[in-house]
Amino acid sequence: MRIEVDRAAVSATTGGRPPDPDRPLVLFLHGAALDRTVWQLQTRYFSHHGYSVMAVDLPGHGRSGGAPLSSIKTYSDWVASLLASAGYSSAHVVGHSMGGLIALDTASRHPGLVSTLTMVGPAAAIPVHPALLAAAEAGDHIAYELMASWGHGRRSHLGGHQTPGIWMMGSTIRLWERAAEGVLASDLRACDGYRRGAEAATEVRCPSLLISGSRDVMTPHRAAAPLRRNLRDVREVVIEGAGHIMIVEQPDPVIDALAGFLADSSPS
Amino acid sequence: MEHAAGLFNLERQGHIYSRISNPTVAALEERLAALEGGVGAIATASGMSAMFLAIATLMGSGSHIVSSSSLYGGSNNLLGTTLPRFGIETTFVHPRDTDGFRDAIRPETRLVFGETLGNPGLEIMDVTAVAEIAHEAGVPFMLDNTFATPYLFRPFEWGVDLIYHSITKFIGGHGVAIGGALIDGGTFDWDASGRFPTLTEPYPSYHGLKFTEEFGTQAFIIRARVEGLRDFGAPLAPQNAFYILQGTETLSVRMQKHIENTRKVVEFLDGRDEVAWISYPELADHPDHDRAAQLMPDGCGAILAFGIEGGRDAGRRFIERLQVFSHLANVGDAKSLVIHPASTTHSTMDADQLARAGVGEDLVRLSVGLEDSSDLLGDLAAGLRASRR
Repeated sequence: MRIEVDRAAVSATTGGRPPDPDRPLVLFLHGAALDRTVWQLQTRYFSHHGYSVMAVDLPGHGRSGGAPLSSIKTYSDWVASLLASAGYSSAHVVGHSMGGLIALDTASRHPGLVSTLTMVGPAAAIPVHPALLAAAEAGDHIAYELMASWGHGRRSHLGGHQTPGIWMMGSTIRLWERAAEGVLASDLRACDGYRRGAEAATEVRCPSLLISGSRDVMTPHRAAAPLRRNLRDVREVVIEGAGHIMIVEQPDPVIDALAGFLADSSPS
Repeated sequence: MEHAAGLFNLERQGHIYSRISNPTVAALEERLAALEGGVGAIATASGMSAMFLAIATLMGSGSHIVSSSSLYGGSNNLLGTTLPRFGIETTFVHPRDTDGFRDAIRPETRLVFGETLGNPGLEIMDVTAVAEIAHEAGVPFMLDNTFATPYLFRPFEWGVDLIYHSITKFIGGHGVAIGGALIDGGTFDWDASGRFPTLTEPYPSYHGLKFTEEFGTQAFIIRARVEGLRDFGAPLAPQNAFYILQGTETLSVRMQKHIENTRKVVEFLDGRDEVAWISYPELADHPDHDRAAQLMPDGCGAILAFGIEGGRDAGRRFIERLQVFSHLANVGDAKSLVIHPASTTHSTMDADQLARAGVGEDLVRLSVGLEDSSDLLGDLAAGLRASRR
């Protein structure tokens, strides 16, 4: 589907079913220089299990127009505009990596819009090594290769993707390659510049879920410690063997954790 | 029960039935995708079924293909004879006629197609130029990379969008298991093209699923599996996948030995009076010598063609005398193979088609194997002497 937000076209997938305004919305936010398609299984599952779903391409990403935004704060304000444009007063907001920071900031600064917060690959801050940032800014392919190597758990390096025949390392690299010039560097700068994660967590009013991978070296388990400490109603799930891109590496445990959390968090 | 329903609705992924996917086959598919640098692969019953799967996923009746004219005979039959019966026409263009590809593209063209190393003339297309021509027209470019293998040439790095292989050949390496593979580079922008409603418009069979919207870079390969393998069948048998997986583990060392032996055979034939001409792209007089050096610096495969003095009868005496080379239509075995295409692989072509495909009556094709090179050269010497008797 396509909607207009702040006078720019936004592309989203709705998981194979049109959004139903009578159903609660689950909004999925992707990570740095990725796009909506990383949520391909989660979107199809939730759209067929009682929810409306939108997995958006952030501005300047995937099929969305415009340029990438420069900070997590501007992204979270954009999420507020997105929900208004789409006609939703609130949503279950689910974000992966950078998308998780956006979801956290949205829940902190626009608390009325966020029914529940889910951070996949959670961290209070995602500092980026200057060498990686420099490679991304130079458009050096090594940036994609390093992030794919660090981003997938060791088991995933050997294959075994749940979708038969898909090579997940190559698929992730191809998404970064297809991002417009400068998008990865812009997103990495946005991650690196976001320093108020711990503080934001104290301002979140809704129930929260943190989904971590036991083999995640990009947002390791300890990076979420301030979130665990400061979120007032938090549940945590650790997916054994998964790396940072667990939504692709192990989509089923992510679906199961989120489904249980949303069911428990919904008014009965 | 709910998990099973989820599998059928593409909410969960996994294996439903071995016609559509299988764990052993999937292990091979992932490795082939990784070797070529694509996003995913489908292993099929043969190379021909991989080629057909690509075509059936991209187009239907009323569509058009622009193809190199220098093709494996089976591919030529499918495009030139069989598919027209189903309303899909092909225009053939000489692989060196780069502008001819542009001229042949029509509004209904859905695929530009060729072989990395033409069969049997070993022509090498200007891959990047043809890719640009295809992309300017909003059409993907597919190569049959069987002869080169990803060890020698990785087409996705040169602008190609789709690759297929007969994995019966070098990738398997033993010739004991037939199979094919279709690999998606994940690079082609199906949405921007606007020519591929099978990938961009709602698909009734999955309740209106739009493949590009939901699967993005994987749209083609997922549609090819969930429709093509489901409806047309022709998956790779799991036992064959196991055999071919063993082959992939030694691909690099085998290709090095294939190239080493091939270079010795070429050098040997180059000095023989019984040999009228040799076609191998590493030779300075090959028309694509410079392009070969650019695209395939590590070697141009283990297949070569030569003309034998004395024509058809001399060719027959040559082949009958050989003892180390096996007389077989296959290529890419561990064993060295020899064939006379005009009377076997290309025998259904008339004289015009043979000429267009670059197959003369004197043409002998060798697939150089992994034997000791002195045995190969001795066998060829005996055969060439016999050709003169």
